[in-house]
Amino acid sequence: MDKIENNKAWFLVLPVFVIVAISAIIPLMTVVNYAFQDIFSPQDRYWVGTEWFESVLADDDLHGALIRQFVFSFVILLVEIPLGIALALAMPARGWRASLALVLMALPLLIPWNVVGTIWQVFARADIGLGGWLVNALGIPYNYTNDPVAAWLTIVVMDVWHWTPLVVLLCYAGLRAIPDAYYQAAAIDGASAWKVFRYIELPKMRGVLLIAVLLRFMDSFMIYTEPFVVTGGGPGNATTFLSIHLTKIAIGQMDLGPAAAISIIYFLIILTLSFVFYNVMTRMGTGERA
Amino acid sequence: MAEITLAGLGHAYRPDPRQPSDFALQPMDFAFADGGAYALLGPSGCGKTTLLNIMSGLLRPSHGRVRFDAQDVTAKSPGERNIAQVFQFPVVYDTMSVFDNLAFPLRNRGIGEPEVRSKVEEVAAMLELGPDLRRPARRLGADAKQKISLGRGLVRSDVAAILFDEPLTVIDPHLKWLLRRKLKQVHERYRRTLVYVTHDQNEALTFAEKIVVMHAGRVMQVGTPQELFERPEHRFVGWFIGSPGMNFVPLERDGDGLRIPGTDHVLPDGLVGPGQGRIELGIRPEHVRITGSPGAEGVPVEVERVEDLGNYALVTARLGTATVMAKLSEDAPLMPGQAFLRLPPAWTRLYLDDRLVH
Repeated sequence: MDKIENNKAWFLVLPVFVIVAISAIIPLMTVVNYAFQDIFSPQDRYWVGTEWFESVLADDDLHGALIRQFVFSFVILLVEIPLGIALALAMPARGWRASLALVLMALPLLIPWNVVGTIWQVFARADIGLGGWLVNALGIPYNYTNDPVAAWLTIVVMDVWHWTPLVVLLCYAGLRAIPDAYYQAAAIDGASAWKVFRYIELPKMRGVLLIAVLLRFMDSFMIYTEPFVVTGGGPGNATTFLSIHLTKIAIGQMDLGPAAAISIIYFLIILTLSFVFYNVMTRMGTGERA
Repeated sequence: MAEITLAGLGHAYRPDPRQPSDFALQPMDFAFADGGAYALLGPSGCGKTTLLNIMSGLLRPSHGRVRFDAQDVTAKSPGERNIAQVFQFPVVYDTMSVFDNLAFPLRNRGIGEPEVRSKVEEVAAMLELGPDLRRPARRLGADAKQKISLGRGLVRSDVAAILFDEPLTVIDPHLKWLLRRKLKQVHERYRRTLVYVTHDQNEALTFAEKIVVMHAGRVMQVGTPQELFERPEHRFVGWFIGSPGMNFVPLERDGDGLRIPGTDHVLPDGLVGPGQGRIELGIRPEHVRITGSPGAEGVPVEVERVEDLGNYALVTARLGTATVMAKLSEDAPLMPGQAFLRLPPAWTRLYLDDRLVH
């Protein structure tokens, strides 16, 4: 019997094609267009090959931004992931205390990015900000507008305050999903608290930790709003991360070709590292080699 | 190894129990003999898991004491009281190999590596886990994982008892009997006290030397499978054990005897004695005889249904105002309609207010 072909089925997947095309493929291909051509107008454009890529890759400003970006994301993961796990372990498991802790944890996540930036911009000011004033009153010189270390510290602490709760909530959900029998078996087997963490809680949190690491890596690697509001990338270039650098090239200098080239490099770095994180973490501790 | 004694042991989940219904486990005295294989059998919510968790130390009883031999362990943690427990769902440490899983309880107690190795290898051979020792434990099937859980109890030479909380729930039916047989072998070899919680009477009957039947937080009867089958001490045990359970026919006092209502059949009164109370006759479907011809002592019954269940026929018959089930061999064919029932005196029990009196 011949198979009946019915092309009407294409209509059912059409919405997905349209949405993906508009949201991802068309904007991305526009950037690709700009990255390989010098475009003055739709009629007036010249093929430049890899020229933009060569020039931005040789650019010291980009190197600086890239290094700062990697250091920043690394520090964020190093602080937020262990801190998130520790807080999730310390949170009460049930009762009104658990609800209260969850609400408190969720609060920073509900605040818009630029508002977070504004809060910390004011809070950390050495002259009128409560936090900044207090640190100085303790005898520690602190001014994020002229001290690169202070500027970095402010942005890292702000990000930790803003986003560690996300890690906490993910880990908390992972911990609550562990059946009681595991803890009971460990108690009977005479396992110490550390061994319960190492052999039960940590392996069972693998899935949520993978999500936490990926989200925190991608988000911190793309950070823009908060440092833009707090330090504007300064003092000097001290907190000019990749997005801020990119915006300066694209909007500040209207160098759309180099900006497009940086965008593609930026995108490829995030894609590659997410892929690496995913593969390493799904195999970690399972006795299989990556 | 030890005898486990429960002295006045009871548990209430609410803080201030006043009446029996407040207790999940009615206060009781009981002893599990050293080296015995026990099953705790009862319907869901009868308190058997509560009792098990009290013995393993996962739950602190609200009343009474738990003793291992002479030692009072009521206040001791599970890790301190030398007990092993196998749970309903297999618990393995996902990131460890099978070997490391089995070695875990020993290493936690600071036992030297050479002894760990020999112990683990011995137990793995016994449980037929030898070829899988180097594999990650999470790669194994549910039945092998359950063997690992059991193995973690067996490797320890100090274990007083191994407790099982419905361990075959998630095991495929064709593997269940293999594991049950393995358990029997383990018991014969190591002679540890085994306590096995289940609501499945087949599991209890094949596994245990002694069965503790529980109902509503109370121990109804303790006995061998045969005793439970032949002389249920309580109406509940008769009803719960067997498939279908025991027939119960209400009797009425009639002069000097006990009459089955709606019939002329009278049993001698002396079996129960004078007094008040609800009297019932109990007999297993396996022991009821129904024939087409009226023999001696045949009571007329109305056969309502005959179901062929392969190797036997299940007959439902009306006896006066009561309904009686009988398991008959297939070679005595019976049709719905008039027939005659006999109650062999050796298998006929009498219950006064749910308790066995004869």
